[in-house]
Amino acid sequence: MGHDHDHEHEHEHDHSELGEMDLRVRALETVLGQKGYIDPAALDVLIDTYQTKIGPRNGARVVAKGWSDPAFADWLRRDATAAIASLGYTGRQGEHMVAVENTPAEHHMVVCTLCSCYPWPVLGLPPTWYKSAPYRSRAVKDPRGVLADFGVTLPASTAIRVWDSTAEVRYLVIPQRPAGTEGLSEEQLAALVTRDSMIGTGLARSPAEAA
Amino acid sequence: MSYVTHADLGGREGYGPVVPEAEGDLFHAGWEPRVLALTLAMGATGSWNIDASRSVRETLPDYAQLSYYQIWLAALQRLMQQRAMLYDDELMAAQSLHPPAPVARVLKAETVPAVLAKGSPTERPASTAARFSVGQHVRTRRDRVDHHTRLPGYAHGRLGTIERVHGAHVFADTHAQGLGEQAQWLYTVVFDGQELWGADASAGLRVSVDAWEPYLEAA
Repeated sequence: MGHDHDHEHEHEHDHSELGEMDLRVRALETVLGQKGYIDPAALDVLIDTYQTKIGPRNGARVVAKGWSDPAFADWLRRDATAAIASLGYTGRQGEHMVAVENTPAEHHMVVCTLCSCYPWPVLGLPPTWYKSAPYRSRAVKDPRGVLADFGVTLPASTAIRVWDSTAEVRYLVIPQRPAGTEGLSEEQLAALVTRDSMIGTGLARSPAEAA
Repeated sequence: MSYVTHADLGGREGYGPVVPEAEGDLFHAGWEPRVLALTLAMGATGSWNIDASRSVRETLPDYAQLSYYQIWLAALQRLMQQRAMLYDDELMAAQSLHPPAPVARVLKAETVPAVLAKGSPTERPASTAARFSVGQHVRTRRDRVDHHTRLPGYAHGRLGTIERVHGAHVFADTHAQGLGEQAQWLYTVVFDGQELWGADASAGLRVSVDAWEPYLEAA
């Protein structure tokens, strides 16, 4: 708050831009800092990490490597935690990873009906809908209806498998590799892999869709 | 039953459509990332574990009315208040009015990357042999329990098949109650849609949960 602002202006400023929640959280942050429980600089690093470093592009690189490298794909099947760690993605909310592969015969979808468990090292923080009641209530019972909300229709012959993340195992969906992507580099392939395709509420994009 | 969770939503009706969101839309108000960071930083002090945290969140009386990060904020305050780390008058005054409680550690900015990269693995050495093996039929516990648990309501008393054996893992039920890790074998148990939802279940649907051994009996 600058000293060049007069009192009336500051008062107006507080109330026009900071709501009740902002003030509550700011108060809590102040108290916890004064008590020495937190290093305020650590908060900024945490936020920056999940805004700029740990997100779904990590998972997209895992998927693209799995599509390109049969040995890596096999490693993902046998020990996804180790295979993913080899790319540098480890730790909080991804300590125990399982990769599940979509095929024409079976489509996988991941949910946490009890809270919001999600594979943070490869996908970052979950989107709002993943944490919300509509998805958590319906994914296990009406996954085709959920897919319709995302504009996705699967063939009737494709079975759907839903993984409810009820313990500390975290699931990464390996979407089907789009047709017409032979010869693309891992980087080009990763650009086709959407966050939703790695949760199972979407499909990887075709090169035309991505263009 | 005195323990009431408001978070067990699987299979419930009436919540409406899922609203997709663009990749990268992480926060919807300026205070939300602060709550995320405060929750992670306070978790790192070692004053409670993640299962205790989930238990406090799911039992908030106004859980259904709160947004996601409002739930996190309310639970964070409650966890600290329960442990005499924070008081209501301090929140009102926006300043510390009581001596701090001792904490095991404080998360420093320079250690954040290493702490996140390490995480908190829950697998432990097994002290018993696994009771079940892949392909075996099991039935999940029918009875409700009067504490935090990770067996969803829709999967109570259901016939399923062991699909994966994950080793012994910290048992959420005891860990949440402050009764220790008491690691138990953890399994992926898969159910046919019809077993969960009856004859009108979506054709070809299968659903799995990850279930600790005490949730299961041979079938």
